[in-house]
Amino acid sequence: MKLHEYQSKAIFAKYGIPIPKGRVAATADEAKQIAEELGGRVVIKAQVLVGGRGKAGGVKVAKDADEAAELAGQILTMTIKGLPVRKVLVDEAAAIAHEIYFSITNDRAAKKPVMIASAAGGVDIEEVAAKTPEKIIKIHIDPLLGLRDYQSRDIAASIDLPRELWRDFSRIAAGLWQAYKDNDAELAEINPLVITKDNKLVALDGKMLIDDNALFRHPDLAEIRDVDEEAPAETEARRHGLSFIKLDGNIGCMVNGAGLAMTSMDIVKLFGGEPANFLDIGGGAGAEKVAAAMRIILADPNVKAVLFNIFGGITRCDEVARGILTAMEEVKPKVPMVVRLVGTNAEEGRKLLENANMITAETLADAARKAVAAAKG
Amino acid sequence: MSILINKDTRLLVQGITGNEGLFHTTQMVAYGTNVVAGVTPGKGGEWVLDGKVPVFDSVKLAVEATGANCSVIFVPARFAPDAMFEAADAGIPLIVCITEGVPVQDMMRVRNYIDQKGVRLIGPNCPGLLTPGEAKVGIIPGNIAVPGNVGVVSRSGTLTYEVLYALKLVGMGASTCVGIGGDPINGTNFIDVLEMFEHDPQTEKVVLIGEIGGTDEDKAAEYIAAHMTKPVVAFIAGQTAPPGKRMGHAGAIIEGSAGSAADKIRALEAAGVKVAKHPEEIPSLLK
Repeated sequence: MKLHEYQSKAIFAKYGIPIPKGRVAATADEAKQIAEELGGRVVIKAQVLVGGRGKAGGVKVAKDADEAAELAGQILTMTIKGLPVRKVLVDEAAAIAHEIYFSITNDRAAKKPVMIASAAGGVDIEEVAAKTPEKIIKIHIDPLLGLRDYQSRDIAASIDLPRELWRDFSRIAAGLWQAYKDNDAELAEINPLVITKDNKLVALDGKMLIDDNALFRHPDLAEIRDVDEEAPAETEARRHGLSFIKLDGNIGCMVNGAGLAMTSMDIVKLFGGEPANFLDIGGGAGAEKVAAAMRIILADPNVKAVLFNIFGGITRCDEVARGILTAMEEVKPKVPMVVRLVGTNAEEGRKLLENANMITAETLADAARKAVAAAKG
Repeated sequence: MSILINKDTRLLVQGITGNEGLFHTTQMVAYGTNVVAGVTPGKGGEWVLDGKVPVFDSVKLAVEATGANCSVIFVPARFAPDAMFEAADAGIPLIVCITEGVPVQDMMRVRNYIDQKGVRLIGPNCPGLLTPGEAKVGIIPGNIAVPGNVGVVSRSGTLTYEVLYALKLVGMGASTCVGIGGDPINGTNFIDVLEMFEHDPQTEKVVLIGEIGGTDEDKAAEYIAAHMTKPVVAFIAGQTAPPGKRMGHAGAIIEGSAGSAADKIRALEAAGVKVAKHPEEIPSLLK
């Protein structure tokens, strides 16, 4: 789950990381009022959950409250990479002397958190990493020990931070580590962390990604998820514990297991079709969950055929069949449906679906071919 | 011969009295697996499966009483890290965690801890292990595979079943099937298992089932090129997955082109691995 800049910075501030004064606004009037309170120059920043806001014109500096209102009004009508801007952050403008990149993220290969810093902050960090990898400093953190102070000092020295700022930098590093750890972040990023002209460190921008699997212990974070930024079907799917991604094709897919779901999409494409979605009902799904999945698939007007590929293990095919029947009763689907049930309780499942007027298939390839043919009508 | 588990495995089930734990214990016992104990805190002293399997309050007590040497975990995600720590501390050398949805930071702590203890963890978010005809530890349906000489290692669950089933349909059997799980941080990777298959006399060929995300398949390709004498056939799921989208498995995410199916297929083919276009094509590539 992605957090907005203003949400991430609010968390950082709780952990003692200095951030600029500012607040979020949904209208030009609100932005004007915040700018008046702050006094002087302000930065208006679009709050959307995609990168590249600045390049898209979603970040602008205003010299006074009137200009803040005008620019906020403009930004609030923008759409950035398909996402309409609904909120802007109004921050006091900083006098920037230098920009640093600073983050903590999961390194899956090392199986440890990694702290990353670069003196070449502000610009696209991927580009710095690609062209001048020596400018990126990485230090792994032992997840059982946590960040040690000497590691923060090592980072500060490696990015040539002036010595008088090392103590402040260590405090920021400790705060970022705690923010990452306490909130089960997959990424806690400050880019840029600036040295201001009066020689202070301030986190000008912030970004956090939270591990969806850990939200059970962060009800406060689950609550601030911005559902406006995702497709309604994806929100609905998550409510039912389904993993769903909408795609552009016309063959709805319902599969158990992520690997098999991806494979089912691959094979649909291999036989000349286009999948309408990725949908994994997960392990051990009951009838209710299956029915919800089917409603989500059939709500997509592009769907011309549905492919059910269930290989029962922890999931029982009879439960899936019951879910299909429940949903069919309710939705009365008009598109052809191809079903393949194998594995745990497959026989019972097939019996339940005997009179459901579905196309049956034995193998995965057979199921995909039939679904592609059915979608063509 | 086989790898990791066989008919002598003395299995302990953590979370044995839960719905999934009980259902799959029944299946494992029916398959012939030697399930010696179960653990559910607070239910010590009870028996399950008509008095066949004793339940203990802790893994330590279960190990002392039964000499269990392998544990399979069916507890919910929020309790799974503790279950893995407990099994490791009780001296279980092989832990198989079926549970899906374990937070990544928990897994980093678990993995770094068990590495210090020298414990082998399979999973989490995996279907477990199957040595056809001898034992199954986890949730792989027993009837979809027969004994044979093909070693199977996979990051996926149900996709693995597809492959075992496709092999069975043409009369090919498996030595051992290892589901290593699809999470970004897990206990055992492809190379660990490839090495075991390379040294297992019963295994003559290997099937590797990977998916998008991470670099494990690329590392496996390097290992195969340098160390494997046995032929390897592979399949990579997610060839049509749009970049940057998370396809359910926490591990299956591609950022930019790194970790894409095309990259992995290229790396494997360069290592002399035949890569199947779809799972049912695998048996013909093994011949």
